[in-house]
Amino acid sequence: MGDVAIRVENMSKAYKIARAKYRHDTLRDQLVDGVRSLLRPRSESRPSQEVFWALREVSFEVKRGEVVGIVGHNGAGKSTLLKILSRITEPTAGRAEIYGRVGSLLEVGTGFDHELTGLENIYLSGAILGMRKAEIDRKLDEIIAFSEVDKFIDTPVKRYSSGMYVRLAFAVAAHLEPEILVVDEVLAVGDAAFQRKCLGKMGDVAQQGRTVLFVSHNMAAITRLCRWGIWLDRGYLRDHGPTDEVVAKYFAAGVQALGELTFRDRLPEAPGSEYVRLLSFRVRSDHGEVTASLDARSPFSVEIEYEVLRPAAGLRVGLRITAHDGTVLFSSTDADEGEVARDPGTYVSCCTIPGPFLNYGQYFLTVGSDTPMIQSHFLVERGLAFSVEHTGGIGAHISDGRQGVLRPALPWAVRRLA
Amino acid sequence: MVQPPMRETVGSRNSAPRLPRLLERGGEAGAASMEPPTFVIEASRGLINFDLGAIWQRRELLYFLVWRDVKVRYKQTAIGAAWAVLSPLLTVLIFAAVFGRLAKIPSDGLPYIVFAFAGFLPWTYFAQAFSRASTSLVGNAHLITKVYFPRLMIPLSAVTTPGVDFALSLASLLGLMLWYRITPTWALLALPAFLVLAAVIALGVGLWLAPLNVRYRDVSHTVPFLVQVWMYSSPVVYPLTLVPEPWRPVYSLNPMVGVIEGFRWSLLGTTAPDRLAIALSAIVGLAVLVGGLVFFRRMERAFADVI
Repeated sequence: MGDVAIRVENMSKAYKIARAKYRHDTLRDQLVDGVRSLLRPRSESRPSQEVFWALREVSFEVKRGEVVGIVGHNGAGKSTLLKILSRITEPTAGRAEIYGRVGSLLEVGTGFDHELTGLENIYLSGAILGMRKAEIDRKLDEIIAFSEVDKFIDTPVKRYSSGMYVRLAFAVAAHLEPEILVVDEVLAVGDAAFQRKCLGKMGDVAQQGRTVLFVSHNMAAITRLCRWGIWLDRGYLRDHGPTDEVVAKYFAAGVQALGELTFRDRLPEAPGSEYVRLLSFRVRSDHGEVTASLDARSPFSVEIEYEVLRPAAGLRVGLRITAHDGTVLFSSTDADEGEVARDPGTYVSCCTIPGPFLNYGQYFLTVGSDTPMIQSHFLVERGLAFSVEHTGGIGAHISDGRQGVLRPALPWAVRRLA
Repeated sequence: MVQPPMRETVGSRNSAPRLPRLLERGGEAGAASMEPPTFVIEASRGLINFDLGAIWQRRELLYFLVWRDVKVRYKQTAIGAAWAVLSPLLTVLIFAAVFGRLAKIPSDGLPYIVFAFAGFLPWTYFAQAFSRASTSLVGNAHLITKVYFPRLMIPLSAVTTPGVDFALSLASLLGLMLWYRITPTWALLALPAFLVLAAVIALGVGLWLAPLNVRYRDVSHTVPFLVQVWMYSSPVVYPLTLVPEPWRPVYSLNPMVGVIEGFRWSLLGTTAPDRLAIALSAIVGLAVLVGGLVFFRRMERAFADVI
C-alpha cells in the first residue's frame, strides 16, 4: 500500500467568461450576432469571451490518512480544485493521480428531492454520493439517529425546517466511507450545536485514517481538524505545510503593511449609497502612527473617513473586530451614546480601543455605515487585518501564553485571610 | 473552583514534535508510484472511451434515479399510478373518435381503437423516453455541478423511467384485446426486441439533444414540436399501407416505422412487417446511438462548467 492519496501536477483550469460589454440586449442583436458569428471564421467568432484562470499550475501531494485544509480568499480557486479532484469538471492542463475511492461533499443535501420523504432521500442521496444499497441498509438506523429527525422520517422533506433538512443531509453524508473525502464549505449552515457535532464526526473520520481535503472559512475548524494546510491565492499555490504556519502566513499576507485602506484615489469604486460614501479607514497606534501591527499593552484607534452627500437622519458609522477564526469579538457604532446629526460634508469617526485589551494574534477590521432598520450604506467586511503583538518593553520577550482572544487588565485584590 | 493553568497552549502546540512534511515532492513519495492510481484526472483526449464498466459498477444508482423519477411523478396525486393507465387510454379514445370515426382512416381490418393503441403504446414510450432524455441533463444540473458519477446514467435513467408507464399501458392494451377477443400469437415473444429497439433510438436521440440542451436551451422548446412532427411521420394513427408503395423505403428511414409496425405485428398478429423497415430501423437506431455516445462523451467534459 503506497502512502500517497492524491498527487496533483501542474494543474490549471481556465474558464471562458462572457464579457459584459458584449452582452446582447435584444433578441434581434442576438440573432444578428449569432448569424455573424456563424459566417465568420472560428478564431474571431467569439469576441465576447475572455479566459479566466481559476487554477494555475498547482502541484502538491497529500499522503494517505492526512487531513488537509485549503485556505484562500473567495475566487482563489479552492472550489475549482475540489471540483476537479471530485471529477465534476476537467482540468484544462496538468494531471492528478488519485489513489482510492473519492467521496465529495460540496453541498448539503446533494441529490435530495423535496417531494420525497426523509427515508427515501437517505437512499437516494446515499446512492448518488456513492453508497451501495446494502451499505445504506446497514447504516440506516445510525443515520436516522445522527440526524435527530426520526419522528419525521416519513414526511416529505419539503415540509422540513431548514435545520432538520441540514441535519438529515449531513447525517447521510457523514456516513459515507470513501478513502478520500473532499469537503467544501458545507458546515457554514446549521445551528452551532449541530456544527459542533459535524466537526466531531469529521474528526472521527480523520481518526479512522481516511484522507480528507477540507475547504472552510472557519479557521478555527481548519486549525483544529487539519494538520496540513494549502493556501491558494488567485489560482496559484502560495504555500503548503503545517496548518499553523500556513494559516499564519495567510493572515500575515492579509495584513497590509499600511494599516489603511483608502478609496480617495479611486472614488468611483468607493462603497456607499446616495447618502454617504466611504473615503478611507485606518488603524492608528497610540503613538499616532498608521500601522497594522499594534502593541498589546497600548490603546489604538480606528478612524473612518466618509463623505455625507445628503442629510440622513439616524445615520451611524461603526466597526466590528473579528478574530482570525471568524469569532466576532465586538461591534461598536458612533451612535451608541446617542445619535449624531450630520449635514453634508466630510467627516471622520474615530473609535479608541483600550489597551491592554486584545490578546496577541491576528484580527480583522470591518467597517460599515447604516441607517438602522432602513438602509445599509456601506459595509467593508474584513477590509483590514492587523496583528496585536508584544513589542518592546521589559519582559516583552517572555510570552506568558495566556489563552483567549482578550487579555484585559482587570483589577485584582489579594487579601490575606489567615 | 479549579482553573486550568494559564500558561499552556500557545507554546505547547509549537513545541510538539514536528511530523515529516507531507507535501514534499519526490523522495519517499517515490514508493507510492509502484501502485497504479485508482484513476487519473487530466484533460481528456480521444473520441472513444465509453467506460461502460463504471456504469455497470454504479448500476444501483441507475435504479435509484429511475425509482426517484417514478416516485416523484405520482406524489401528491389522488389516483397515483392510475394516471399511467388513464392518460394513454384517453388519448387513444380521442384518436379513435377523430381519426377512426370522423376521418375514417383504415386500420388493417382491426377495431381502430386497438389498432391505434398498439401503435400508440411504443410511440408514447419512445416520445417520453427521448424527450425526457433530451432535457435530463439540464433537469439534473444540481447533481452535475455537485457530485461525480458517470454522466451517461442520467439519460440512461431517463429512457428507463417511462418503461414503468409502458408496462402499465401494455397491461391495459392486453385487457382491451381481451375485450375485443383478439388473441396474441407467438409473435408476442418478439415484443421485447422491439421495445429494446425503441429504447436504443430514444437513447441515441437523447444523447444528441441532451448535451445540446446544456448549451442551448432552445432544444427544450423544440422537443415538443419534434415529438408531434415525428409522431405524424410514423404509422401511429394510420397504417403503413396508407403510404404509397414507392415511398415506403424512404419513409422507413424513420427508425420508429419499423418499431411501430413490429409492435402491431407482435401484439395483434397483423401481416409480418417489412424486413427492410426493421433492418433500416435497427441500422439507423444503432448509428444514432453510437454517434450519440461519441458526441455525449465529447461534450461531457464541459457540462459542469456550462450548465
